Amino acid sequence: MGAIAVFLLFFAVATPFRELDSLSTVAYASSTIGIMAVGVSLLMIGGEFDLSAGVGVITSALAAGMFAYELSLNVWVGAALALVLSLTIGFLNGYLVVKTKLPSFLITLSTFLMLQGLNLAVTRWVTGSVASPPISDMAGFGSASKVFASSFTVAGVGVQLTVVWWIAFIALATWVLLRTKVGNWIYAAGGNAEAARAVGVPVNATKIGLFMTVGFMAWFVGMHNLFRFNTVQSGEGVGQELIYIAAAVIGGCALMGGWGTAIGAAIGALILGMAQQGVVYAGWNPDLFMFFIGATLLIAVVLNLWVRLRAQRR
Amino acid sequence: MTTTETAPVLELTDIGKSFGNIHALRGVSLSVRAGEVTCILGDNGAGKSTLIKIISGLYQHDTGHYQVAGRPMKCSSPRDALDQGIATVYQDLALVPLLPVWRNFFLGSEPTLGVWPLRRLDVAHMRRTADEELRKMGIDIPDIDQPVGTLSGGQRQVLAIARAIHFGAKVLILDEPTAALGVKQSGVVLKYISAAREAGLGVIFITHNPHHAYLVGDRFVILRQGTLELSAPRAELTLDDLTHHMAGGAELDALKHELQRIDAPDLGAVHDKEKT
Repeated sequence: MGAIAVFLLFFAVATPFRELDSLSTVAYASSTIGIMAVGVSLLMIGGEFDLSAGVGVITSALAAGMFAYELSLNVWVGAALALVLSLTIGFLNGYLVVKTKLPSFLITLSTFLMLQGLNLAVTRWVTGSVASPPISDMAGFGSASKVFASSFTVAGVGVQLTVVWWIAFIALATWVLLRTKVGNWIYAAGGNAEAARAVGVPVNATKIGLFMTVGFMAWFVGMHNLFRFNTVQSGEGVGQELIYIAAAVIGGCALMGGWGTAIGAAIGALILGMAQQGVVYAGWNPDLFMFFIGATLLIAVVLNLWVRLRAQRR
Repeated sequence: MTTTETAPVLELTDIGKSFGNIHALRGVSLSVRAGEVTCILGDNGAGKSTLIKIISGLYQHDTGHYQVAGRPMKCSSPRDALDQGIATVYQDLALVPLLPVWRNFFLGSEPTLGVWPLRRLDVAHMRRTADEELRKMGIDIPDIDQPVGTLSGGQRQVLAIARAIHFGAKVLILDEPTAALGVKQSGVVLKYISAAREAGLGVIFITHNPHHAYLVGDRFVILRQGTLELSAPRAELTLDDLTHHMAGGAELDALKHELQRIDAPDLGAVHDKEKT
């Protein structure tokens, strides 16, 4: 409902927004937010946050680029090492959260800051510059960029492959949430962890798994960035984690866990993608982008609250 | 102890548990038989919750023996206890308010179809079974998809009890199931406690209400400051005895004696002076 409203707004004010080509661009922008939002929303349903998700994407991309370049490996090997790294970061986040029982906000804020520093420091130490080395002429780059960053044409409109991946991840996450044991556990872990534990749900393993899922998604988006742009700036990614959380919340995920859907998070990502591109197409000052995200978030949460209160009264 | 030839399904001998310097439980013995309701009574802080957590596997006991069906039991998690047929329905309920009834019913023991990676919940079976089991308990929920949070307190207790029975519990532990309920809702829950007994389960009913306990109990245990104050079968007790022990027993007698020594006429004189 919110998505339609935002769509109509930009449809009315921005002429270029009405073309199929721009819709494809919107879908692309939404997909890079949306793939991460799938992982982040699952984690939020499970009752935890991950503030390190934004820089985690860059960490993964930098690691893959530098491993491959410095050790002269096939880029697929670099990508595999980066995957191991991303899953390890996810595991550590999860392990620390369940062992210390501290709020995940604090734990992942720490990892966020540490990764931000490491991204800059290690990149400069290894390459002497602030970006990962270009890898486009290395073995495996062609096939890797086909998987992570190619596009294809449908009815004369170019579509980025990430859009397809995004839809696949939404479908998978929805199936897991609604139709599997693990999905039941995720809702229960976020809704009432003590109760879930008392009936034998492995709450800790579920939560660690969710952090690792976010790690996997961060790896995936990181690989997309790397193979699309060939090189990655080490200072990027800061602030993105809040965009992902915003997408999940706009899509109806409860901030305290226990409720939400993957499709909701997808709609949230779509709204943010439309806002991001719509501001450009409408010819408004792009500096205002963050303002629109904030305003959209505010309207969405108030709207959600209003709908929920109405539903309860009935 | 009197009668009963049947061996206890669950037996605690001389159980002790400390947290640091604090002895939460000392020398507590208890046996639970199939088809009997064992009531555990006690004031706040008497050690009821600690005892339950030991039986249900959340805590480990420090001293004494814990046996299930004659075999020593050292459960390290609620899962182990569940596998032995010991199911606990907690005061704050092991239910997730936002999840639909049928998902809560099977939480932690979900039936599945197919092989990994296509293994999925057997949704049709889950919905049908949850509905049937609740009907058997005499509860008709209009929509099996409604979140548990929208059910009444009594309905939630019964849902939790029905779940435990369905999953083959041999011993059912009920932690203060009537504490947060009104008279009518409490009646509903007490009815299901006796239904569970008739079904051959050993029931442990924790409460601080002697009236509720006496309505369904076969055996009574009173805890005081972590030790056994009383352990007796129903035949040896009246409701008055129970209420008396529960209210403090010997301590209460001493207090009564002390209070009687205060000179009543003196108090009257004070009041008279104030009036004039």
